[in-house]
Amino acid sequence: MSERNTERDGLPGPAPEDRRRPKGRRSSQGIRIDPEAEAEHPPRRTVISALVEHEPGVLARVSGLFSRRQFNIESLTVADTQNDDWARITVVVEEPDPGIDQVEKQLEKVVPVIHVRELETDAVTRELVVVKVDADRPHEVHAITEMYNGKTLDAGPRTITVELTGDEQKINDAIDAYRQFGIREIARTGQTALARGETKTAVVPDHLK
Amino acid sequence: MTDHGAVTEPGDADDATADEPAEDGEPTESTAQTGAESVIASLETAGVETVFGVQGGAIMPVYDALYDSELDHVTMAHEQAAAHAADAYGAVSGDPGICMATSGPGATNLVTGLADADMDSEPVVALTGQVPTDLVGNDAFQETDTVGVTTPITKSNYFASSPDTVGEDVSTAFALANHGRQGPTVVDLPKDVTTGETDVDPVEPAVPDTVDVQTHADDEGVAAAAQTIVDADEPVILAGGGVVKGDATEELYAFATEHEIPVVTTMPGIGAFPENHDLAMEMAGMHGTGYANMAVTLTDCLLAVGTRFDDRLTGGVDSFAPDAEVVHVDIDPAEISKNIEADHPLIGDAGTVLDQLDEAMPGSPETGEWVEQCREWQQEYRLDYAAPEDEPLKPQYVVEAVDEATADDTVVTTGVGQHQMWACQFWTYTEPRTWVSSHGLGAMGYGLPSAIGARVAADDDQSVVCFDGDGSFLMTCQELIVAVREQMDITVFVLNNEAIGMVRQWQDAFFEGRRMASEYPWVPKFDTFAEAFGADGFRIEGYDDAPDVIEEALATDGPAVVDVYIDPTEDVYPMVPSGGDNGQFALSEEHL
Ligand SMILES: Cc1ncc(C[n+]2csc(CCOP(=O)(O)OP(=O)(O)O)c2C)c(N)n1
Repeated sequence: MSERNTERDGLPGPAPEDRRRPKGRRSSQGIRIDPEAEAEHPPRRTVISALVEHEPGVLARVSGLFSRRQFNIESLTVADTQNDDWARITVVVEEPDPGIDQVEKQLEKVVPVIHVRELETDAVTRELVVVKVDADRPHEVHAITEMYNGKTLDAGPRTITVELTGDEQKINDAIDAYRQFGIREIARTGQTALARGETKTAVVPDHLK
Repeated sequence: MTDHGAVTEPGDADDATADEPAEDGEPTESTAQTGAESVIASLETAGVETVFGVQGGAIMPVYDALYDSELDHVTMAHEQAAAHAADAYGAVSGDPGICMATSGPGATNLVTGLADADMDSEPVVALTGQVPTDLVGNDAFQETDTVGVTTPITKSNYFASSPDTVGEDVSTAFALANHGRQGPTVVDLPKDVTTGETDVDPVEPAVPDTVDVQTHADDEGVAAAAQTIVDADEPVILAGGGVVKGDATEELYAFATEHEIPVVTTMPGIGAFPENHDLAMEMAGMHGTGYANMAVTLTDCLLAVGTRFDDRLTGGVDSFAPDAEVVHVDIDPAEISKNIEADHPLIGDAGTVLDQLDEAMPGSPETGEWVEQCREWQQEYRLDYAAPEDEPLKPQYVVEAVDEATADDTVVTTGVGQHQMWACQFWTYTEPRTWVSSHGLGAMGYGLPSAIGARVAADDDQSVVCFDGDGSFLMTCQELIVAVREQMDITVFVLNNEAIGMVRQWQDAFFEGRRMASEYPWVPKFDTFAEAFGADGFRIEGYDDAPDVIEEALATDGPAVVDVYIDPTEDVYPMVPSGGDNGQFALSEEHL
């Protein structure tokens, strides 16, 4: 049994200001930086596509992941694919690069997720919007709808409801154009996307095909 | 790491060869089993021997199936304790610990334990009762959306939908808990599913085919990392819990000693490297040693293995190992560059990648001067405490004295608070899986239930001691009855400062000493409390009686509780305030 040593008198050692110090620093994102030129990564907007097993709870797990980790999510769409067993989730996020990287890796960890990738900027992306506007100037509304290759879904004495599809920019422009009539309600689906041309949006391992 | 626990022969119930289904494909009477029997058969197939749990309405069919099984069941007093016991069982044995609870309150009581296991990557499988399927969603009596509640705190969870598939759900949950980076899983078992019949036999545990864990790092990355390590002047190995969980302590030892690189650990990494070795710098971080914190702050090459860079370790990331090129080995790709950017990410199993690295090393770094510097720091900042003649008993002395009185393979479990930090600092850990604590969640109440789980998992001749705080002990002290009932040889040292001391320390340091709700002058006499439960109770009031009472309590066969009256003014140092700079650790309150 240890003898009691009454000579002990607390922690020894030089005080903080008398210690050797490191030269460098890291950013708040844990990246080594030149202390002179601090570089934080600005957020960027991008499309991430995940192919998942179509089973109950997948969407809850994926969306829970986003809310819990405070990822900045712009839109999220999900529906089934050419294969009944699979669904495709398309997420638009706005995050600095380390965050985008984390989104991909965390998604990859969800058990029913088959494949995750960030799509190239040339990906084919589309969104659908339904806009309901005041019907005071029906001809002008119609003209705008024509201009954006939209479709009138419902026209009455007080309201006109139109449908448009397009990339995000086109939808935003169209909505701006409708504002002059008075927008009553908007429903947007959020973006859905596929990689362009021969590039595969998701790579499915052979044993899952 | 093995992917599965030992696989035993399936029990008689599922040995279907004698009773093949009839020709028309209809099952014969004798092969039919209930969903609950299928659950138990799946556990047996997975090699499970012990289950921790509490009975209740919705889980009764599963308990009924346990009646005829070979499995041991340890009835706990509270489900939180069942989850902690299963977690500690996992930590000590390396195989998944199993806990069971009924629906609603039973399942919600598991939540703290599951969150704890999730943070510490402990393999745990929770089986929860659920109201019958046709009542689900109706706010039925004792209904809780267990899958919903546990989704953010589990690796995966399942709602069992049919007696035919429930066995596979359990096998999958077991396999996932144990696969790659370990963690907790849940299977929610509606009562109609466990009472319904099936003729489907249990399957061996297997992970879903969407899960693909990389165990071997890519060779190019390994070669580049090896070159970086060789070129370093002041390299440090940072060993995390992944080294212990990945059973990679031998590979780590070989690598560190072969190349003469000092080893710092995280708190879960305690036991990854023997603390009595010259190269051992012990734990870094908030209450880590001064020398560990100097080494991680000044290193030019950090080989981090199996760590998630928790903020208690890093302090502010801006000042964490800011001069270091970081080589990060982890089985979970999502940990790479999550908190600290990895210059060399190496994804794979800790032991495998350390071996790969060793093989790729073109030589060894020249670390003579650096190792000398580390030794100087070990002297300069050695762990110590004041122990003047007339002062009351110091907790650090108690930890050292118990360490000295017990064998090297003794398992130490703790609650959360100052006592936990003294148990880190003043015990010399030399073997893996002997340090069991609530690291990531920091859950008070973990100590006693985890000692029970550790006792079940440990070898018979291995001792289990628990250092607890008076506050932490009060949170789960009812579990003493379990240790008494099972005559478990556990010794609990309650380091009693009549306070939730860690909070009091922070109030003194950062809230001008306004000790709101942190002083506990009303705690029971823990020795007589223990006796009321049928355990042996002891009391230590000062240095004079400490050695003898420690010896006596350790010699007791069943559970013993030692109420240790420690100096209530003692604080934990060194200390890095939250988000602070590890290199600027405080040695006393004056430095804060
Ligand atoms: C369940 C839970 N509640 C509250 C806390 C906050 N907390 C952290 S340490 C601590 C004090 C612990 O007191 P005690 O168990 O007596 O140990 P001591 O610090 O005195 O050694 C508290 C309240 C916690 N970690 N866990």
